[in-house]
Amino acid sequence: MQQRRTMRAGDQPLVKWTLIGLAIITTLLMLVIPLVLIFDMAFSAGVGNYWDNLSNQYTRHAIGLTLLVAALTVPINLVFGVFLAWLVTRFEFPGRKVLITLIDIPFAVSPVVAGLLYLLLYGSNGWIGSWLTENDVQLMFSWPGIVMVTVFVTCPFVARELIPLMQQQGGEEEEAGVVLGANGWQLFRRITLPNIQWALLYGVVLTNARAVGEFGAVSVVSGNIRGETNTLSLHVELLYQDYNVVGAFAAASLLAGIALITIVVKSFVEWRQARQRAPLDELSDGR
Amino acid sequence: MSISIEGITKNFGSFQALKNISLEIPDGQLVGLLGPSGSGKTTLLRIIAGLESADEGRILFHGEDVTRLHVRERRVGFVFQHYALFRHMTVAQNVAFGLDVLPSRERPPAAEIHKRVQMLLEMVQLGHLADRYPAQLSGGQKQRIALARALSMKPQILLLDEPFGALDAKVRKDLRRWLRTLHEEFHFTSVFVTHDQEEALELSDQVAVMSAGKIEQVDTPQKLYAQPSSRFVFDFLGQVNVFRGERSDSTLRQGDAWVRLPDAAGATSLQLYMRSHEVRLQTTPAAHAHLPLRIESVSLVGAEVRLELSPVGWASDEPWEVGITHAQFNTWQPQRGDQCFAVPQVAHLIEVDAHTPHTLRWEAGEMDDPAAMI
Repeated sequence: MQQRRTMRAGDQPLVKWTLIGLAIITTLLMLVIPLVLIFDMAFSAGVGNYWDNLSNQYTRHAIGLTLLVAALTVPINLVFGVFLAWLVTRFEFPGRKVLITLIDIPFAVSPVVAGLLYLLLYGSNGWIGSWLTENDVQLMFSWPGIVMVTVFVTCPFVARELIPLMQQQGGEEEEAGVVLGANGWQLFRRITLPNIQWALLYGVVLTNARAVGEFGAVSVVSGNIRGETNTLSLHVELLYQDYNVVGAFAAASLLAGIALITIVVKSFVEWRQARQRAPLDELSDGR
Repeated sequence: MSISIEGITKNFGSFQALKNISLEIPDGQLVGLLGPSGSGKTTLLRIIAGLESADEGRILFHGEDVTRLHVRERRVGFVFQHYALFRHMTVAQNVAFGLDVLPSRERPPAAEIHKRVQMLLEMVQLGHLADRYPAQLSGGQKQRIALARALSMKPQILLLDEPFGALDAKVRKDLRRWLRTLHEEFHFTSVFVTHDQEEALELSDQVAVMSAGKIEQVDTPQKLYAQPSSRFVFDFLGQVNVFRGERSDSTLRQGDAWVRLPDAAGATSLQLYMRSHEVRLQTTPAAHAHLPLRIESVSLVGAEVRLELSPVGWASDEPWEVGITHAQFNTWQPQRGDQCFAVPQVAHLIEVDAHTPHTLRWEAGEMDDPAAMI
């Protein structure tokens, strides 16, 4: 006689398959089809035309500027994030909790607002900006401004990844290192860094993805000068407004490509992190 | 290398963790810091190591002031409570770490480091685990690796924070014995922190009992157990039976129970503290004490039979506990619910608001009543 299986909540096949079906349909409609469409549109006038679009002088400049912004933003936020995470997890000081909360501001604020704030501060009529203008330094409507807002928008990623991990790992290993005679750099290089490397890489991947794709904040401070302050995502919009739909999608396909690479790297890093933690979990079952 | 602790005070915000602590630890001794959690023992250990800085006071190693010396320069061995092994390094790399981070002038060649690591691992009998990662080790193995790592720099001072706290009873016992041997072999000065009185008494040459940021008593385990200098030490070092009463003349009385004191003390409100081995049980009361008790439970496990007793016709905050030998148990055959009488042989008298006990002894002659003896 077949034994009746105990039913758990949500174990009814009808409910289960309805939910799975809905999830698949939503994913297809909202994610997969648009993604495929980008490439379909990009190549709609043939491969030759696609290459022509990409090798267009302005597009090439936009690619270069985007890479420059990412190349500056990622290292800045890498250092900043590690420093901040170390600070709030290894030291007790007044205002520590406030600092942890402040890190989240760039996530909470709309990027456009962030851009406007920077414009207000550093623009030629701004508080700091007017002084800078007198000294012939122009930050807004040029690439340094774009880097500044991108750094602002992406600065929580690394710190947010590291803080919980470093909190969980605690500072005992570092203390053990100092007692054994290691200096500050040796501690960081040989103990802290290996312990956080995968979380750090994860944070870097996210920072990079956001730095490349940031639109709102950059659009406010860039001034959209073709061939000068146009990043790739701004360039897509500009092409589209010029009724160059195929060109816009060709440029967009680059961004989509970067996104796909990001997802692959992200999955790999997650897999490595899970593997790194696996033996620790085994341990906790009472050996 | 001797350690002198002079007037150490430490505050965490408004909480005073250590209050003017002074302690002398002679060269080559194994000293236990014993106390309940929050008594400041770990903080004191970390201050000795230099992992924490004192607000006031000095630490001297072999007469030399090291208070301002950085942890790195103090060259002590430190074993952390949760081992703190470097999780991404193999066992061998863990043990080699101290040698690896030496400046290149002082660092021995790789082959020699390898040899020394092997030697240390052999010493802790884990040579075969050199290529394992910490996550692949058991608690006892991790603890031994942590010890090998702490000894890798040949420290003259070894500090251990709750070294056996997280291990099961059997492994603890093995490791304790083994630490004792190691200590005798290498002759370093060690200080270890524990909240386990049995561990402190078994392992140490001297025990410093701490409570609320102060040292209550420093003594050898024997003296500490036999002559506790304060009520706290008494309570903390194992089970104690308390008789609280009012004195009139030389008799201490509460309800139906009374004890005749050998010498009349000053105050009227008194407490009598007795360890379980300082009390004997009889089926009839003795001439100098009338302490009726009822047997609540009988525990046969261990070297002696432990009886838990509750007072009859008088009161006590905690149940009494008395141990009898298995031979006595076999002749007497006590059952739960039986009544018997406690006969103190040695007791410690404390005035209710006072701190220091006064030890009393009854002459053998005045209590022997062969007919009543079990």
